[in-house]
Amino acid sequence: MATELGMPAFTNQSQEEEPVGRWGMVIDQDLCTGCQACVAACSMENNVPIVGEDDASYGRYMHWIRIERLWENTEYPEVKMTQFQPMLCQQCHNAPCEPVCPVYASVHSMSEDLNLQVYNRCVGTRYCGNNCPYQVRSFNWLDYQDERIHPELVSLHNHANPDVTVRRRGVMEKCTFCIQRIHKAEDKAKSEGREVEDGEFTTACAQACPANAITFGRLDDPESGINKLAAANRSRAGHALEELRTLPRITYLAGGV
Amino acid sequence: MTTIAKPIARPHGEEHEDPRQYLMHDPLPRGQMNAMVMESMHETSPIFWLITAVLAATVVFSLGYEWYILIMQGQGMAGVTRPDYWGVFLVNTVFWIGISHAGTFISAILRVLKVESRRPFTRAAELMTTFGLVQAGLSIFMHLGRVWLVYWMFPIPNQRTIWPDFHSPLMWDLMAITTYLLCSTMYLFLPLIPDLAMARDRTEGGWLKQFYKILALGFRGTEGEWKNLTTAMNIFAFAIIPVMFSVHTIVSWDFAMATRPGWNSTVFGPYFVIGALHSGMAAVAIVLFLLRSTMKHYKYFIRPEHFNTIGMLMLLVSMAWAYFYFNDYLVPWYGGDVWDKLFQEYAEKGPKAYLWYTMLTCNIAVPWLILWNRKWRETPWLLAIAGILINVGMYLERYIIIPVGVTINRMPFTWRQYEPRIEVPMTVGTFAFFLLLYMLASRLIPLIPVWEVQEGQEAHLIRKIGKAEISTLSDME
Repeated sequence: MATELGMPAFTNQSQEEEPVGRWGMVIDQDLCTGCQACVAACSMENNVPIVGEDDASYGRYMHWIRIERLWENTEYPEVKMTQFQPMLCQQCHNAPCEPVCPVYASVHSMSEDLNLQVYNRCVGTRYCGNNCPYQVRSFNWLDYQDERIHPELVSLHNHANPDVTVRRRGVMEKCTFCIQRIHKAEDKAKSEGREVEDGEFTTACAQACPANAITFGRLDDPESGINKLAAANRSRAGHALEELRTLPRITYLAGGV
Repeated sequence: MTTIAKPIARPHGEEHEDPRQYLMHDPLPRGQMNAMVMESMHETSPIFWLITAVLAATVVFSLGYEWYILIMQGQGMAGVTRPDYWGVFLVNTVFWIGISHAGTFISAILRVLKVESRRPFTRAAELMTTFGLVQAGLSIFMHLGRVWLVYWMFPIPNQRTIWPDFHSPLMWDLMAITTYLLCSTMYLFLPLIPDLAMARDRTEGGWLKQFYKILALGFRGTEGEWKNLTTAMNIFAFAIIPVMFSVHTIVSWDFAMATRPGWNSTVFGPYFVIGALHSGMAAVAIVLFLLRSTMKHYKYFIRPEHFNTIGMLMLLVSMAWAYFYFNDYLVPWYGGDVWDKLFQEYAEKGPKAYLWYTMLTCNIAVPWLILWNRKWRETPWLLAIAGILINVGMYLERYIIIPVGVTINRMPFTWRQYEPRIEVPMTVGTFAFFLLLYMLASRLIPLIPVWEVQEGQEAHLIRKIGKAEISTLSDME
């Protein structure tokens, strides 16, 4: 009866073999200068709202990518800063944010192997944000696009990217690996009767990075740039919070080694 | 109905309390007792209506106006932020579900176990269940970012065949809470029928008569009706016990199933159930104290002996809670996970450490110091103070688990302390709404299950065997 009504059947989702994935990223922490160009580019590309000073300093910044700066030793004079760490959605294969959503707003794209957020399905339980070990989901606490909140930013509304939705209050949002660019490239490749080539397009953050610290590409192509990069720097390659076995699609090349 | 007389066990050669008082062995004529209960419902002072008006104004302001602001402006009006995605609203949810546990515990478990001293206060406790669940449900709705779409969480067959995700602990939660609300409301209603019939027969005309007439379902008190009623109550009393245990276990899974350090723990199920009973029993003590000191004639029904029973249960539950808390603390400490360790250190030594120490004092030291002494247990106001302190402690326990706990996550860059904003007036609103519902109910339905008290009194006899007067208890079923 359940399947007749279209109810999803319970299936065992654990998989023995690690799937390769489709899209991936390599971030070289040795090259990152912490200039935040990726943050600005991502915000422009994906219509990320500007929350204002007060809310941002209270932790409500909504950037899909952030540059983490931490200290190993805070005792003067041995103050030691760690390498800059750009943190964005790791596009986990076993994403902890997905099974906890009661309304299927946080879903896995089977074709692209990405975690996507269906904005108009989200009811705002914020369970996904709570369960994300990387803390990279941002919630629309207020209607930041409302001109009454930031009247000085009204002119910026004309700059919104038409390929990306503008989100309203009460929904969760997150990095999509610039899914609109992926789709555009795929449509183009399809019309030309071929596969998308590695390096044919890139995400906004990788495009803006002046030091080329961020590289985006295809994971399932062994000859792709990111696979070569990771193989060449095997000794310092790793995933964030690997012990949780979320199978992230972003490889960090540790800096200062 | 077979009647088997059996003597109440009493130890040899020991001086002890008169069991007559314990079992309410000073029966009044049934008519007089009914009249007393009816009178207590109808006689109100201006102070009662003044308090009702203040509470109603609070509810309108905080659940009407403040909630309107929250919905229209967004969750940003509350203090929640990254990484504290969950705040005081969910603390309130867990707290009110905890309060609601005492009602079922007292009326179902003590009924099944035939604890005689439960009789006069089962209804007061059951009402707490229903009204507490109302607050818990409201608190969940307050928490949602887009509450107007809440029906998307219900499994309603629809044209697009989009179903809620049954993997999500929040779905289990929704199922469990709605089941519990339905069951506990029916379980509140069943033993109420004879009392409603009594009230119907003692009300002269007016809308109140119609109200009782409809709700009493034409109950006349025939043998057949009593038989059906007893059967139904027995079924519900047994069936609701596993529901009660499952509800708070499932609420705990909202946390235990998450990847957060400090939450991901297998002991959370029983630990939350015991925590719920801890705050619930304490709340029953407060409510009984308030009823006894404000309602007319209730000193006859609710006696120090009943407070003694509740006090003993409070002490027992407090010890069980201490064990589970120790367990929940020791096992992660022994596990040695770096994040769990940070979490524990933050609770003990962080800026909110005073909450942690207050919690331990209120939940363990207060009951253990006050409730050992029978004389103190039989002092209603002292028990009410202990109850308030325990509830403060249990509220802080949930506060430490949710907003203080989520401060520590695996991304130290995002660590941030949570401060409630609009949550404060809205929390006050849920408390006011609970009290308001309770006060209005005390004017409408008899808060003492009169028929149950009368049944208990009829079952107890004092027999003279030789020279000794022995109190006997007849088995009713």
